[in-house]
Amino acid sequence: MVETSLKSTAETSPPPKSAHGRIIKVAGPVVEAAAMRGSRMYDVVRVGEEGLIGEIIGIHEDRATIQVYEETSGIAPGESVEREDMPLSVELAPGLLGQIYDGIQRPLPLIMEKEGDFIERGSNVPSLNREKKWHFVPVAKDGERMVSGDVIGEVQETSTALHKIMVPPGKEGTLESIAQEGDYTIEEMIANLSGPDGGEMSMMTKWPVRQPRPFRKKLDPVVPLLTGQRILDTFFPISKGGTAAIPGGFGTGKTVTQHQLAKWCDADIIVYVGCGERGNEMTDVLREFPNLEDPRNGEPLMNRTVLIANTSNMPVAAREASVYTGITIAEYYRDMGYDVALMADSTSRWAEAMREISGRLEEMPGEEGYPAYLSSRLADFYERAGMVRLEGSEERKGSISVIGAVSPPGGDFSEPVTQNTLRIAKVFWALDSSLADRRHFPSINWLRSYSLYLWQVEPWWKEQVGEEWFEMRKKAMQILQKEAELQEIVQLVGPDALPAKEQALLESARMVREDFLQQNAFHEVDTYCSPKKQYDMLRTILDYHEMTQSMAEKGVPIDAIRGLKAKEAINKMATTTEKEFEAVNKRLHEELEAEAKEMGVRR
Amino acid sequence: MKKEDIEYTTVSDISGPLLVIEKVGNVSYGEVVRIRGPDGKDRVGQVLEAAEGKAVIQVFEGTKGLDSKKTSVRFLGETMKFAVAPEILGRVFNGTGQPMDDQPPITPVERRDINGAPINPSAREYPKEFIQTGVSTIDLMNTLVRGQKLPVFSASGLPHNDLAAQIARQAKVLGEQEEFSVVFCAMGITAEEANFFIKEFERTGALGRAVLFLNLADDPAIERIIIPRMALTAAEYLAFEMDMHVLVILTDLTNYCEALREIAAAREEVPGRRGYPGYMYTDLANIYERAGRIQGKKGSITQIPILTMPDDDITHPIPDLTGYITEGQIVLSRELHRKGIYPPVDVLPCLSRLMKQGIGKGMTREDHDEVSNQLYADYAEGMDLRSLVAVVGEEALTERDRKVLAFTEAFETRFVTQGKDENRALEESLTLAWELLSDLPREELKRIRDEYVGKYLPKMEG
Repeated sequence: MVETSLKSTAETSPPPKSAHGRIIKVAGPVVEAAAMRGSRMYDVVRVGEEGLIGEIIGIHEDRATIQVYEETSGIAPGESVEREDMPLSVELAPGLLGQIYDGIQRPLPLIMEKEGDFIERGSNVPSLNREKKWHFVPVAKDGERMVSGDVIGEVQETSTALHKIMVPPGKEGTLESIAQEGDYTIEEMIANLSGPDGGEMSMMTKWPVRQPRPFRKKLDPVVPLLTGQRILDTFFPISKGGTAAIPGGFGTGKTVTQHQLAKWCDADIIVYVGCGERGNEMTDVLREFPNLEDPRNGEPLMNRTVLIANTSNMPVAAREASVYTGITIAEYYRDMGYDVALMADSTSRWAEAMREISGRLEEMPGEEGYPAYLSSRLADFYERAGMVRLEGSEERKGSISVIGAVSPPGGDFSEPVTQNTLRIAKVFWALDSSLADRRHFPSINWLRSYSLYLWQVEPWWKEQVGEEWFEMRKKAMQILQKEAELQEIVQLVGPDALPAKEQALLESARMVREDFLQQNAFHEVDTYCSPKKQYDMLRTILDYHEMTQSMAEKGVPIDAIRGLKAKEAINKMATTTEKEFEAVNKRLHEELEAEAKEMGVRR
Repeated sequence: MKKEDIEYTTVSDISGPLLVIEKVGNVSYGEVVRIRGPDGKDRVGQVLEAAEGKAVIQVFEGTKGLDSKKTSVRFLGETMKFAVAPEILGRVFNGTGQPMDDQPPITPVERRDINGAPINPSAREYPKEFIQTGVSTIDLMNTLVRGQKLPVFSASGLPHNDLAAQIARQAKVLGEQEEFSVVFCAMGITAEEANFFIKEFERTGALGRAVLFLNLADDPAIERIIIPRMALTAAEYLAFEMDMHVLVILTDLTNYCEALREIAAAREEVPGRRGYPGYMYTDLANIYERAGRIQGKKGSITQIPILTMPDDDITHPIPDLTGYITEGQIVLSRELHRKGIYPPVDVLPCLSRLMKQGIGKGMTREDHDEVSNQLYADYAEGMDLRSLVAVVGEEALTERDRKVLAFTEAFETRFVTQGKDENRALEESLTLAWELLSDLPREELKRIRDEYVGKYLPKMEG
């Protein structure tokens, strides 16, 4: 009885094309068209005979300025411009996970199938598979009152992700009919809501990328987003729903850090936006992720990942859009109640795309040629992150954490993109090329970096891991800070001139740096470190520090302190598996105490 | 009447490399134009901006001698193309893609758009085949793999040409005998430098497998915008149609960027850093990203672009933007050069991003990565110690520090240094590295697992 009300929309034609405009000027990715009266800002248009996708970014009387998402060579004035009368949108439905899209959500594997190994322009491929049937399980019942955000049914999208089919924003009503459990395409109607704001709905919705999806309220981000990276989790944590910036010159490891986060952070869904970066890096992710296991459930990491790849040689306007495409998809999964993490690599390339378009529009430039609206665009983007209370009749939460890489020219953090990002992002992971040069990875400078979530996540660490997290972290930071001060003296007078206690401190600091902060992303064990292990490792290093300090006080010669056997064992902690770690750590402590006792020092 | 038969003489403005023509119809963006000056000589140009009744054209062979009265312009109705065929091997082309040797013209198999198209990231094969260049600092510490783009950051007066030629000569994939070729693209280098390369290719018999594109210092600067694109079009044809492994040497990218700046300035565009256009990153990416491998295709494109850092400044926009696009960099140092060290590779700022996947057990040797890390860590520390010694003198150092310092010295004079014709196999480089490391206290070898130290560290005699 329900089936009768479910009809397919697959055959209905696309929205009618309205009035045509005419191209009057082409200069790179920016096209000007006349006879465009009535078109709206940010509406999508089809440019020229090939129907290249573009977006209106300026209107002057009946002329519209259009940024085109594809190469414009060969386009001539006089060719037509067709209006689609809707803003640039993404399609949202099961089938997003595991996919790789370009900046305007065209699936790259499908483009490859249709056109071969190179991306020719004008490809017109649907974002989501229209034929594939998904197993839909209704959770709402006929006659229930539904508001936007309410879940009407579920689809097991991948082995790890349960895709919730929600009433789209703005819709509400009483559920007249809902499809029975069964297999449906994303275009088949699966429910009908009565009432003025109701209507039929399929599993697929569309949402304009430049408009944030609505939610009820922003909440405090008090749960850390665990990354398995010691320097991040222990020293400069980011919360679920938080924002972080990773600025660094080339070769400092932005991309490796982003990949590590995408691999190991404990979000439910990952959206990875490769914005104007290298093709081979995206290939790396594509080849690697399906073979990597999620440490939490052993399933392939690709099952929770959506990739957006608009590499540096792909059209610049689509690069500008890629970041919005990514965050809109992230918001959609957030609305299902998931913790989503979005990595944008790199936001500088995005800003440069803005600059390039702005330059072609001959806008008055701000700092370093960037448009004056750079900071507001950056702020708008980062503000789409957050831990929020979702729409819907039930109390539900979801979050988006945004981690943006920044590529400052010359590694100079005073440039506009870095500075404007730092004004918004709450966590600053400063990459340092002098650390990278000596192969200290992750090359995050511990003295320059900061996290404003420290106090917010402290209760979580206390409750879940150990009482002393905050104190220990503080202590370790003090050692590093002190080391930096002592280094200045050492530069002047040499290390031997320092008192034994300070020389011992330098040894401890070195241990914190080399055995704790350094982490080998390519080592099978060291690549991920659980919070518990991080806590215990730091505890051990601090114990060592205390002991050697008292040894130095008691007059144990510095060479004897340097020669402690426990030192070598501490060095091996990072590569000890989680399983063996507890036993190893215990033995290590005993050894350390025994050695200390030999030298007449007791804890 | 065909489009290209229509001749326009309505030139209104000429400034720098640009020419503005009015009262034209049906001009498309990026289209190629043929410009005939009052001297009767033809020049090639390209449409930079197409508007109704007006077009802005960049003239590749320079605007010298053009006027607004007699100069005529014809639009050819297509974008810039390069004619490819198997017989381009062994040939020499000029900046507009015409053969400049005395051999017969090419019969094209295909005419390809020189801008190419981006490789679909889904279609790429991740590069991981180790290329042995015979240069220790590259093979062991900044490994080059097939399909990588690894630039040489040099500066005026440094032997980057020798290094590039040495790499081109020695590069090989272990245990393989496959079709390879070299595409050499000169942008604004001197005739002397170009001759050096040509002679090198001749000497080693590589000339027959090379395609040369020459735009010399006295050739029109604007041609430098298109010549690398033609070279890469040729490379793509050889790699992905003819199944060859192509090594592309582009030199000197600094001249290319200067030409880019010249056009931007002539168009009165809003300048970015140091007057270079804001889109330089994208523009350079369109060149560098044409390196790579494609799934299911045998061939590959490996790029070694060379650039000279103005004033030895690695933060200058040209090396800076390049470093953000390429997969690492080989940096030459004036200081090492002054010390008489060849090749003067300063390993600290060097990097190969694709190294990790191409080395290790089954590909090179199990200890490769860890040995490299150890060398890096100790050399970096040694450099710090050197500056410390400059202040406090060597006496203030501990015994251990003195050993690190001695290692640093030996690293430069024995490991970095090698002859211009010295082709060191990776095994030799590794052996040498272990020899140097054996002079350090054993407990310092923290980056290498005990198993490898036990296996590879030379045993002390006696």
